[in-house]
Amino acid sequence: MNANHQVPQIVVEDLVKRFGNFVAVDRVSFRIGRGEVLGFLGPNGAGKSTIIRILCGLLRPNAGRALVAGIDVARDAERVRERIGYMSQKFSLYRDLSVEENLRFFGGIYRVPRDELPERMRFAINMAGLGGREQALVSTLAGGWQQRLALGCAVLHRPPILFLDEPTSGVEPTSRRRFWNLIHSLAGDGVSVLVSTHYMDEAEYCHRAALINQGRLIAIGSPDELKRTALGGELLLLECDALGPALAALEHAPGVLDCSVFGNALHVLVGDAERSLRELPAYLAQKNLSQTRLDRIHPSLEDVFVQLIAVDSAKRRIAA
Amino acid sequence: MKFRRLKAIAIKEVLQIWRDPRSLMIALLLPFTQMFLFGYGVNLDLKHLPVCTFDREGSQLSQSLLKHFQASQYFSIVRNVDSYATIVKAIDDGTCGLAIVIPPDLSARLNDTGSASVQAILDGSDDNTANIAFGYTAAVVNGYSNDIAMTAIDRQGRPLQQTWAMTVQSRVWFNEDLVSRNFIIPGLVAVIMALVGAQLTSLTISREWERGTMELLVSTPVRPIELMFGKLAPYLVLGWLDAAFCLVIAALWFAVPFRGTLLTLFFTTTLFLIVVLSLGYLLSVLIRSQVGASQIALLVTMLPTTLLSGYIFPIDQMPKIIQDITYLMYSRYYVTIIKDVFLKGSSIPELMTPILFMIIYAAAVMVLAARAFRKRLV
Repeated sequence: MNANHQVPQIVVEDLVKRFGNFVAVDRVSFRIGRGEVLGFLGPNGAGKSTIIRILCGLLRPNAGRALVAGIDVARDAERVRERIGYMSQKFSLYRDLSVEENLRFFGGIYRVPRDELPERMRFAINMAGLGGREQALVSTLAGGWQQRLALGCAVLHRPPILFLDEPTSGVEPTSRRRFWNLIHSLAGDGVSVLVSTHYMDEAEYCHRAALINQGRLIAIGSPDELKRTALGGELLLLECDALGPALAALEHAPGVLDCSVFGNALHVLVGDAERSLRELPAYLAQKNLSQTRLDRIHPSLEDVFVQLIAVDSAKRRIAA
Repeated sequence: MKFRRLKAIAIKEVLQIWRDPRSLMIALLLPFTQMFLFGYGVNLDLKHLPVCTFDREGSQLSQSLLKHFQASQYFSIVRNVDSYATIVKAIDDGTCGLAIVIPPDLSARLNDTGSASVQAILDGSDDNTANIAFGYTAAVVNGYSNDIAMTAIDRQGRPLQQTWAMTVQSRVWFNEDLVSRNFIIPGLVAVIMALVGAQLTSLTISREWERGTMELLVSTPVRPIELMFGKLAPYLVLGWLDAAFCLVIAALWFAVPFRGTLLTLFFTTTLFLIVVLSLGYLLSVLIRSQVGASQIALLVTMLPTTLLSGYIFPIDQMPKIIQDITYLMYSRYYVTIIKDVFLKGSSIPELMTPILFMIIYAAAVMVLAARAFRKRLV
């Protein structure tokens, strides 16, 4: 971890946003440091975009506090807007303008110093890989290029903070990879980036990932931390012939925290893997069950997220 | 307010107008076609109204009277009939709008009593035309009766002299020929500019919401007032172009006399354009859909400007309550101004009252529009 990451650029405390009776953001708190890339992950409609829009000053929170670059967004959105770059979920450059005209427009809107503008525009064009296509209308560009141009427009004025709302959705895998490289090179220059995605594998590209479900932040940490600790235990894989009875039996087994079906096997969350590996075969035998395989597994981030979301959603159903 | 941002918006808007054939079409073609359509279509002059005659006397006197009708440019005799039934039919099927019936005893009565009357039957289904036709009929008959009186006096060998002690000699000012086109066309310029102006700007903000570009724009530090001026500026230029178009057509093609100065016209027209453009802009801000905004823009420009501005229907002939309502109609002031500038040659000081009202109106709409624009999504 970089020492810079300790300098907070975004501080969010107990943020709440309601639309009528619907709670879109429910007491969310987190921080993002300088040069840090925080990924927002979660299903569609989880509230990722809503949080980003609040931080850009596009929506007013109902409660809580959000400081961006040290400025309270609810109080002085205009000053915040000078310090951020934003890529909205829906493509929002002017399709009937050319690449260069779009860049010039945002250069004017952000009042990029005139003597710097040609150099900044060149930077954005090179970054997006759009050299030689400066005069092309944006509507004629492919999706990946459009997204990189949108990023170029968002960083034209060198904002210290970037909000990217699903920048890679609908973009082909090689372009996605390239996009993440761009994000990291910006972060390397000290730009703090909040990026949302619904591709779980993209969490691996982030310094830290935050998992959001139904408006609540249910886990946050580096990919490694999340894999190690977010589940609150260790994961065992159990293969057997009678999945149903085994599931029922294991839910009450000593040391077992949770158990769920994963394909034709069971994922068993336990407090202590070593002990359970020793004790579970005997416990199953006692119930007239036997396993064909029992191993400790290292969960992928996707496992962690799927597990966490399933647990969180189940908890809410019970609460409701 | 930062001029740099205003300029960026204005340039972007010009590029978009240039690349969108639809808005250019509204801006350039619509005024052109409307000018000719309305210029020729709206005509309140009475010329060559088809007349049928029913001469029940058939004397020299009656024929001579009817010749006067024939000679007038307002009437043209299309039929001579011989029964009331035929008259009813002719008026019913619209082949004539006026029937002149000469009684069988016209000459006799005139000789005996010194006065006689003829009957005029009018198609009242178009009361405007009927009124005018009646006026002209009376004029023709009066003129003729005057002739007879003079001749009679002359024949009696008295010295020729004025038969009436006093007569009314009317003198029409400003529109000497009483050509209705002269007073309709300047007002028409107002109608067209109101229509086109508000249409154009009613699309500008709603289009950005619909295309999703607004979400990014409101996340930038651009101020509502910069956005408004940046967006209105290119349309003001287009508006000037349109106004010049319409005014040239009015003065050259329709030969409406222009007695004012170009400066007065430019100043007041600019003021009016600012009112209608910001009105369209305000609607665009309030209604985030292009179709909705342009429909409402049509409603708030077309109706008040055609009906309540005095463009065709004189305001002082309206019921009191409606007259009061017209004070709220921005176009009323400009219609007054442009008619006066064209026909009376009025200058800015003479038009101070309507100009002042327009300034207040423009300021109010702009303040509303700037305040109505919220840099938030909901």
